[in-house]
Amino acid sequence: MLNTFVVYVENKPGVLTRVASLFRRRAFNIDSLTVGRTEKPEVSRMTIVVDADRDQALRVEANLYKLVNVLLVENITGKPSICRDLAIIKVSAAHNERSPILEIINVFRARVVDFAVDSLTIEITGGEEKVDRLLDVLRPYGILEMVRTGIVGMRRGTKSEESEAVAAAVVGASSGNGAATVAADDNVSYSV
Amino acid sequence: MMKTGAQILWECLEQQGVTTVFGYPGGAILPAYDALKYSNIHHVLVRHEQGAAHMADGYARASGRVGVAIATSGPGATNLVTGIATAMLDSSPILCITGQVGSKLIGSDAFQETDITGVTLPVTKHNYLVTHASEVAQTISEAFYVARSGRPGPVLVDITKDAQQTTCEFDGKPVAPRLPGYRPDMAPTAEEYKQALELIHTSKRPVILAGHGIILSGAMDEVRAFAEKTNIPVGLTLLGLGAFPASHPLSLGMMGMHGEAWLNTTIQEADLLLAFGMRFDDRVTGNLKTYAPNAKKIHIEIDRAEINKNVKVDVALVGDLKAVLRELLPNVKPQERHEWLAYVDRLKGDAAVRDIQNLPDNGHLYAAHVINDLWRETHDRDTVIVTDVGQHQMWEAQYYKHEKPRSLITSGGLGTMGFALPAAIGVKAARPEADVWVVVGDGGFQMTMCELATMVQENLKVNIAIINNGYLGMIRQWQEFFYDRNYEASPILSPNFVKLADAFGIRALAVTQRSDVVPTVEMAHKHKGPVLIDFQVEQEDSVYPMVAAGAALHEMIRRPNPIVETATDA
Repeated sequence: MLNTFVVYVENKPGVLTRVASLFRRRAFNIDSLTVGRTEKPEVSRMTIVVDADRDQALRVEANLYKLVNVLLVENITGKPSICRDLAIIKVSAAHNERSPILEIINVFRARVVDFAVDSLTIEITGGEEKVDRLLDVLRPYGILEMVRTGIVGMRRGTKSEESEAVAAAVVGASSGNGAATVAADDNVSYSV
Repeated sequence: MMKTGAQILWECLEQQGVTTVFGYPGGAILPAYDALKYSNIHHVLVRHEQGAAHMADGYARASGRVGVAIATSGPGATNLVTGIATAMLDSSPILCITGQVGSKLIGSDAFQETDITGVTLPVTKHNYLVTHASEVAQTISEAFYVARSGRPGPVLVDITKDAQQTTCEFDGKPVAPRLPGYRPDMAPTAEEYKQALELIHTSKRPVILAGHGIILSGAMDEVRAFAEKTNIPVGLTLLGLGAFPASHPLSLGMMGMHGEAWLNTTIQEADLLLAFGMRFDDRVTGNLKTYAPNAKKIHIEIDRAEINKNVKVDVALVGDLKAVLRELLPNVKPQERHEWLAYVDRLKGDAAVRDIQNLPDNGHLYAAHVINDLWRETHDRDTVIVTDVGQHQMWEAQYYKHEKPRSLITSGGLGTMGFALPAAIGVKAARPEADVWVVVGDGGFQMTMCELATMVQENLKVNIAIINNGYLGMIRQWQEFFYDRNYEASPILSPNFVKLADAFGIRALAVTQRSDVVPTVEMAHKHKGPVLIDFQVEQEDSVYPMVAAGAALHEMIRRPNPIVETATDA
């Protein structure tokens, strides 16, 4: 099954390589990986979707924690969360095909971002399934080009205890309080 | 005060208590070597950088302190890799410092440029690229902390030439590591302790699997107290040897592929395995599908990524072994286990009759005899045995009865041939008062024998026992058992080791008779300098018992009975 991990890492050169190398070395199967800035300049945030069963998912988490630059790992699979994928789709659209395509776009609440003589470029943001379904119905018209970002995710509700812990850790680090311990994963039991 | 990156480097090493480093100079690390004149640190010049990494590893394993290896960029750095991977798989805390081309040249394929942080990413616990003198102190502080804390491991620090040469303000005060994400200090929950105790108290046929983690954690006393209080017998992994005294009535010796038959059977029939600081390596478990099928499993381990990796466990206590055992000890109930212990004893009786040690002296010199006699002559002293990889390593593990931790140093996880001689030099540097013996095959010795010169240059007394059978013995054994005796590429020619040693100014003898073993070992002990002994043993002897790769742990190939002396005699 697909597991979605939110991973906070130190914003330092080479950290993406370390994470990617870990997945390659341990033969974990990455479905998608996104990385970007967060509200704190010294912290980057990854959303990693991995095909793994329950035990493997725990091992993914444990192995991520072995990377010194990883601050916090949160498996948000099955937890109330917002997961979004953004796609830009260039679809072939002859003059007489535009109307039905525009109808589809309306239904999916997607947007037209470029209009050419015989094609339309569409932007859609949503859950992976929604994007997949839009692609399904556009396919008969001919998809000329397509790009997707992969999932970015966040837990619902106010700030999670976990991200508070990250903030504490980062503050601890910048004040020179070495080896701050983040005890955010107390609820994770490694016994089965 | 303004100081160069190179000066800061040595000062930081001194702050960490470093007195000896093992290295080899080169262009990109020369500024650091130049600054050595300001330091009291002793530099051991190796003959090949792989040797430097193994020496640092041997130093670390013998002392528990971080061993330091130094190399230049490019080939110097890549030559370290085998030694780093060896330290990684055996959780040995070493720090490798490499020179790197100037920061402006990085990425230009400059002379002797290698992306060594990229190369060593999967075989280091962590690594750093330092491009400014101002980063040196912080990085070295973190590197030491990461190397020795939690599950120890190798750390590499790659320092550009300009970072060594340029200056920055340095007040000489120790710098605290800044590692916000690093958490080596996990502890189990009360509920997990409760579950573990319940399993222990209801178990009828338990066995402790004692691993390297005991030595790394310094938990020897706790393990012994635990075993004695609960009357649970103790089996050891290869790297665990010495963690529990071999002479203890509850000790069952080594487990696994070439482990004791009674212990492998005990594990298969147990109803509870208590894994203490070990990782269920495939050489220990045999076929996972048939491994200890009726046993519940408790895993005490500092690295949570090891939990449920190979063997699915019922209770995992993630934390430092010593701390966890201290928590368990007062709460565990004393238990008598007459029936189970008597049963295990009966298993032992059956195996002993097949033991080659009980073979009379019939003019053949067996490796097992050499090891047994070496043990008899040296175990009363403070002796450290450093073994290489192969048949001799298994015979040593079977016949040398280790009583104390850190008295056996060997490459377990990576199985690195060529490890023994350089590692032993590191051991002797760390523990000059100890008697250090290298036990090595004729194949592995030839991989790194260039380090004999290092040993002589450093005036180190390390005695070397070559178990010389004219073959890559373990390869030959596999070919005998599994490849229809097709001895392809396993016969190996050796130089005249006695003459070779003579060229290095090392006293040497060849031994072919069992009666000569003890007097020669005694002579080596008394001789002031190093001694090399070429034990010319039976060529086609095999290590028994053996669990074939992929076979169930209790399905062992046993020494033929009556004992067939060699394959050729048969």
